[in-house]
Amino acid sequence: MKKVMMGNHAVSYGARLSRVDVIAAYPITPQTQIVEELSELCADGKMDAKFIKVESEHSAMASCMGASAAGGRAFTATSSQGLALMHELLHFSSGGRLPIVMANVNRALGPGWNIWTEQTDSLAQRDTGWLQFYCENNQEVLDTVIMSYKIAEQLSLPVMLVLDAFILSHTYEIVDIPEQELIDSYLPPYKPEIKMDVDNPHAFGALVTPDHYFEIRYKLQETMDKAAEVARKAGEEYGELVGRPYDIVEPYMLDDADVVIVAAGTLVSNSRAVINEYREKGIKVGLLKLRMFRPFPTKRVRELLAGKKKIAVIDRNISFGATGIFYQELKAALYGHGNGAGSPNIFGFIIGLGGRDVTLEDIAEIVDYTLEKEKNEEDIIWMGLKR
Amino acid sequence: MNHVDIQPRIPEPELMYSGHLACPGCGASLAMRYALKALGKNTMVIIPACCWSIIAGPFPYSALDVPIYHTAFETAAAVASGMKAALDQLGKSDVTVMAWAGDGGTYDIGFQALSGAAERNEDFLYVCYDNEAYMNTGIQRSSSTPFGAWTTTTPENHTKERPKKDIVGILAAHRIPYLATVSVAYPEDFIRKFQKAKSIRGMKFIEILSPCPPGWKTADDQSIRISRLAVESRIFPLLEIEHGEKYTLNLEPEGISVRDYLEAQGRFKKLSEKDVEHIQKEVDRKWEALKKRIS
Repeated sequence: MKKVMMGNHAVSYGARLSRVDVIAAYPITPQTQIVEELSELCADGKMDAKFIKVESEHSAMASCMGASAAGGRAFTATSSQGLALMHELLHFSSGGRLPIVMANVNRALGPGWNIWTEQTDSLAQRDTGWLQFYCENNQEVLDTVIMSYKIAEQLSLPVMLVLDAFILSHTYEIVDIPEQELIDSYLPPYKPEIKMDVDNPHAFGALVTPDHYFEIRYKLQETMDKAAEVARKAGEEYGELVGRPYDIVEPYMLDDADVVIVAAGTLVSNSRAVINEYREKGIKVGLLKLRMFRPFPTKRVRELLAGKKKIAVIDRNISFGATGIFYQELKAALYGHGNGAGSPNIFGFIIGLGGRDVTLEDIAEIVDYTLEKEKNEEDIIWMGLKR
Repeated sequence: MNHVDIQPRIPEPELMYSGHLACPGCGASLAMRYALKALGKNTMVIIPACCWSIIAGPFPYSALDVPIYHTAFETAAAVASGMKAALDQLGKSDVTVMAWAGDGGTYDIGFQALSGAAERNEDFLYVCYDNEAYMNTGIQRSSSTPFGAWTTTTPENHTKERPKKDIVGILAAHRIPYLATVSVAYPEDFIRKFQKAKSIRGMKFIEILSPCPPGWKTADDQSIRISRLAVESRIFPLLEIEHGEKYTLNLEPEGISVRDYLEAQGRFKKLSEKDVEHIQKEVDRKWEALKKRIS
C-alpha cells in the first residue's frame, strides 16, 4: 500500500511492521511525530507494543536495555541533545550486546538552540559500538527500520538509523508500506540465545577484571568486522522480498568518474541531481553514497574508489579541532595501506551546519572546485561561510 | 527438650550463596538474603552501580540464584520499567522485577528515573538499601547522609549540616500503591513486607536502613544491634504507606534516647551536646508528625 507520509511517520510504520514489543521514548523536536504516531498506533490497538513514556532520553535507552535484556524487541527514537544525553547508555547497550534499534533525527547541538539538520549528533557517537545507517528518502527510512532489526538481532548489536531533520522528518513523500506477512517472513520473532531467565539465571554486565575485559571488547570488534557482510545480505534479501534492494554503500555513475562525490543522508539526493546535469555536459562526475557509517565500510570503499584521482567529501558536521567526520573516515580508509603513490586527492567540504540550506548550486560549486584544483590545499573547505 | 511444631516464619530456601564479596557485618548482604527468601526464585534483580555491583561477584561468577542485570548508576528504575514491559509482552507477568539500589542510586543520581517510574506507577519493586553515603567509592556523603555524620567529603571539622532527604515522604507524595520501611534487625517484619509487595500490582518502594561497618565506623558484629537501636530510638520507624494515604506503624517503640544510637557509631563521635539535642528534637518532631498521619 502506498501512502504519502512524513519521514517521522515512516519511522513509526517501520517500527510497527517490525512488531516491536516495547517502545520507550521522550519527545524532542524534530523527532516528536515518531512518538506521537506510535502512541496513536498503540492506543488504537493497531500495534501490540508497550509504550513507556519515560521522563528523559537517558531513561528511554535504559528502558530499552531492560526490555531487550528480557528478550523483547525494543525501539526508541531521539535527536541531538537527547542522543547526547543517552551517550553513556549507548556504550552500555552495545557492550551488553542488546539489539535495540533507534531512529535519530539529525539535528544540530546547542548552544544556541538550533532545531535544524546537522550530522554531528550521530557522528559524535561513532565510538559507542552502535551500527549507523544514513537514509536518503522516506522510503529508505521505513525500509531501514525493518532491516535494522534483521541486522541487529543477527549480530547482537544495536543499530541507529539516521534521517535529516525537516528535510526528511517533516517532508511528505510517497512511501510504499510492505505487507505485514512479507515483513514477518523477513523478520522472524526475536529469539535471543541468552536473556534474563528465571529458569536459567545469569548475571549480565557484572564486574569484569582486566583478565577478561580485553577479550570481551575484542569480541565486540570481531562482530563489527562481520557486520558489513550481514548488513549487505540483509539489504539484498530485503530487495528479493520487497523489491527494493539496499547496499551498505551505493555507487552512482562511479565507474568512469573523474571526480567522485562522497556523501550521506539527503546530501546524496542533491548530489545525484547535480551529477545528472554535469553528465549531460559530458563531465564525468560520480557519487558514492555511504549508507552505512558504522562499521565503516572500509573494504568496499577501497575497492570502489581504487584508481580515482579526485574525491569530494561533503560533511554537514564537524569534529572541532580536526575536520569533517566523513572526510576523516574516508582518508583513514584510503591511506596508510601502502598505496601512497597514486592515491586520490581528497577534498573535504563543510557545508550547511545548523540546517543552512544546501542548494544544487552549492554542490555544483563543490564539483567545480574539485575539478579545478590539482591538489587538496586545506583540510577544511568551508562552503557558504559568511566571513 | 520437648519437640514443638514451629512453622518457620523465614522461608528456608537460600537464593544467595556464600562466596559473595560483602564486607563482614554488611547490612546490605543480609538484606538481599532476606529479600530473596521472601520473593522466591521467580525474580529478576536489577543492580545499578552500588556496593552490590561488587558483592554479587565478578564475571563469570554470581552469588545469586536469580538473574541479575547490572546497569548504569542512574538507571535502575528505567531498566526495571522496560524489563517489566517486555515480560508482560512475552506473557511472563508473573515474574517479580526488583530494582536494588543504594542510597546514591536512589536519593541522588537515580532519583529522576525513580520519580518517573513512580509517577507512571510501573509494576515493579524498587528497594533502596540505604547505608547513608557513597560507601562503594569509599564513604562520601550523599543526600541520604544524616545531619552531623562524618564522611570523607564531610570531614570531622565540617560534618554534614543538612538533614537526610526524606525519601519516604517524597515517594509517598507520588501516591504509589505500596511503600514500606524495613530493618535487618526485624526479619519477620522484613519478610512479610517483601511478600506483601510481591502481591501488589504497580509501583512498590521499600527502604532498608542498612548498617555499614566501615562507613559507620562500627565493629563487624554490631550491625543488628545498631539497626535495632535505630528503630527503638524512633530514628527509623518501621511503617507502611498505601497509596500515599494509609499509614501503618508496625512497631511502636518506647523511644530510647537517640544518644544510644549515635554513640554506638564512630561517624557521629564529633557531635556536640547541642547537636545531639537538636537531633533528638527533630526525631521527636517527626515522630509526632508521623503519629498524626497514622490512620
